Amino acid sequence: MAVINIKSLTDLGPRFVGGHRLCAGCNEGTIVRQVLLAAHEYEVVALNATGCLEVTTSVYPYTSWNVPWLHEAFENVAAAASGAEAAYKALKRFGEIPEDKQIKFIAFAGDGGTYDIGLQALSGALERGHSFLYVLLDNEAYMNTGIQRSSSTPKFAWTTTSPVGDVSPGKTQPKKNIVEIVAAHGVPYVATASPSHYVDLMTKVQKALSYDGPTFLAVYSNCNRGHRNDTAVSIKVARMAVETNYWPLYEIEEGKYKITYRPRKPQPIEEWLKLQGRFSHLMKPENQDKVKELQDWVNSKWELLQKKEEFSKTL
Amino acid sequence: MKVALETNQLIALAMKQIEPHVVAAYPITPSTEVVQEFSQYVANGDVKTEFVPVESEHSAMSACLAASLSGARVMTATASQGLAFMWEMLHIAAASRAPIVTIVANRALSAPINIHGDHADAMGARDTGWLQLWAETAQEAYDNTIQAIKIAEDPRVRFPMLVNYDGFTTSHAVETVEILEDEQVRSFLGAAPKPKYSLLDTENPASFGVLALQDYYMEFRRAQAEAYKNVKDVVLEVAEDYAKLTGRKYGILEEYRLDDADVVLVAMNSAAGTAKETVDYLRKQGKKVGVLKIRLFRPFPVEEIRCALGNAKSVVVMDRAYTYGGPSGPLFEEIATALVNETNKPLLGNVIAGLGGRDITMEDIEHVFDLGFKALEKGNFEPLVSWVGVRE
Repeated sequence: MAVINIKSLTDLGPRFVGGHRLCAGCNEGTIVRQVLLAAHEYEVVALNATGCLEVTTSVYPYTSWNVPWLHEAFENVAAAASGAEAAYKALKRFGEIPEDKQIKFIAFAGDGGTYDIGLQALSGALERGHSFLYVLLDNEAYMNTGIQRSSSTPKFAWTTTSPVGDVSPGKTQPKKNIVEIVAAHGVPYVATASPSHYVDLMTKVQKALSYDGPTFLAVYSNCNRGHRNDTAVSIKVARMAVETNYWPLYEIEEGKYKITYRPRKPQPIEEWLKLQGRFSHLMKPENQDKVKELQDWVNSKWELLQKKEEFSKTL
Repeated sequence: MKVALETNQLIALAMKQIEPHVVAAYPITPSTEVVQEFSQYVANGDVKTEFVPVESEHSAMSACLAASLSGARVMTATASQGLAFMWEMLHIAAASRAPIVTIVANRALSAPINIHGDHADAMGARDTGWLQLWAETAQEAYDNTIQAIKIAEDPRVRFPMLVNYDGFTTSHAVETVEILEDEQVRSFLGAAPKPKYSLLDTENPASFGVLALQDYYMEFRRAQAEAYKNVKDVVLEVAEDYAKLTGRKYGILEEYRLDDADVVLVAMNSAAGTAKETVDYLRKQGKKVGVLKIRLFRPFPVEEIRCALGNAKSVVVMDRAYTYGGPSGPLFEEIATALVNETNKPLLGNVIAGLGGRDITMEDIEHVFDLGFKALEKGNFEPLVSWVGVRE
């Protein structure tokens, strides 16, 4: 696996080009470029669930994709990847594509397409063991339809379907742990990443692609429209998600946990919350208990993660 | 070569002979055995097919679509709720011009849940853009399966196709049928024609499944609608080639004793066989009756139907499905549309029969012809739609 050298990578021909209609400041385009650059050693076929990335990059008669790309529907990108990979294997077996042709399949989907409507197709594809990398672009709500809550939306976040009102403090349920759900399938490589920590992200893409089997990368993706922050600070919000341990960077490789980035001095969760208008109601004095609840949730998850890492060393 | 097999096993055998690159499927009664038997061929190494035992029918069609767009020859099998669950993907597969062949052992839709023969499943797919062949017998189901591959993959067509036969009545019946040798099937079909663009062609990257809004969507759909005009010629060409190989001749429709028939029954799948028997019986009594059997339901053969019903005085269309809240059964609506502007059109009536596997007997068919004769006496069908063989 090559050492990531951003300067040399930028000299490579772009596989995902500009001119797309992603919002200014959106993290998704940045992430896709990082993923495809990290995969530069391979021939790649990209698959995309319905969502922001799909609608903004394939507006007929234009496309941003300089690799073969398929969008079918919202809930089935993992099934589509299964079919493409099955065809690839079969056509090789029938001698209709050369044995030495190597293709990597990379599926992109948002949190709606992954945690919610696409969970069944994802689980099926993971269990069947198709060889593909699934990249989750986690912006923590249904942003494409206009900021509706998903099971990835954090507790107390405002969305248009978990609005803040006199009797409701935003979303009342905690965020689902998709990484553990995926890892429970026993797949060889599962990791989290953030576009703010691009070397970490790209190293993980390369690691994932070195496996012949299903792999999963959950990438934090700031949506300035939905998180209610300025476009200029979108990467900063992503970085702060990592620095507060809200979105710890780690990997689960063949069942073993490893934290790949440890904040020198973890920031209080408030530092991340206050950047985003979706949490503005939590900044009121009467909601300090809710901030504390989120901080406790982050702390307990971080502690558990460290214990899992420690335990992994004994394996 | 003659074999006596259950139709589902026979279709699995046809799939073995076809040896598709990819089969992605999910079990559902009454089509389960097709997939089950085929997976045994895979396990035995009789075929090189990549079998993807997906976790749902929705994923089955999703995987089939991606495989088909990758240039693979692709098949699946389903029925009833399974086809309904695929509904979203059926539209996308047709509009993506992916020549997937799907075997359907036609079965009723819930509720109440029912596993038996009924056409509600395929009728629910009639606006999805899939081509549809229908079969009266096991022999026809086998022959249609092989021909469907060649029709769907033809570069003038490139649409997916449903191969229908009745659940249980046909799917679980054992009939003696004439089959081809594996080698004959493979040489008849040849290699799957390469699509112009393939998802696996990394040298020439293409984007599939793009967004088209007010400025282009309608042109995409207009072009799709136009492409169905090529299908009938290909169906007939393939039938002709198949007849050379097997001696068995197929058309768009089957006309049974229609030449001088006053009252004609229009039917699809297994009930057409019962109807033909009844026609023979009634003909002996001097009644001028006949049967029109639809083989190609999609694209709907408007001209052929006009021509076939040109001499009839009274036509009863038998639907094994109903358009709830609508004016009639679905087949009737289409036949009526085909004839709407004809000057000398026959009287038209509709019967609903055989839902949820309710037997359609010769007595039922005789009753249906009676309705046709009564309409001739009265000058019209009253009521337009009659339910047959049901406790009212």
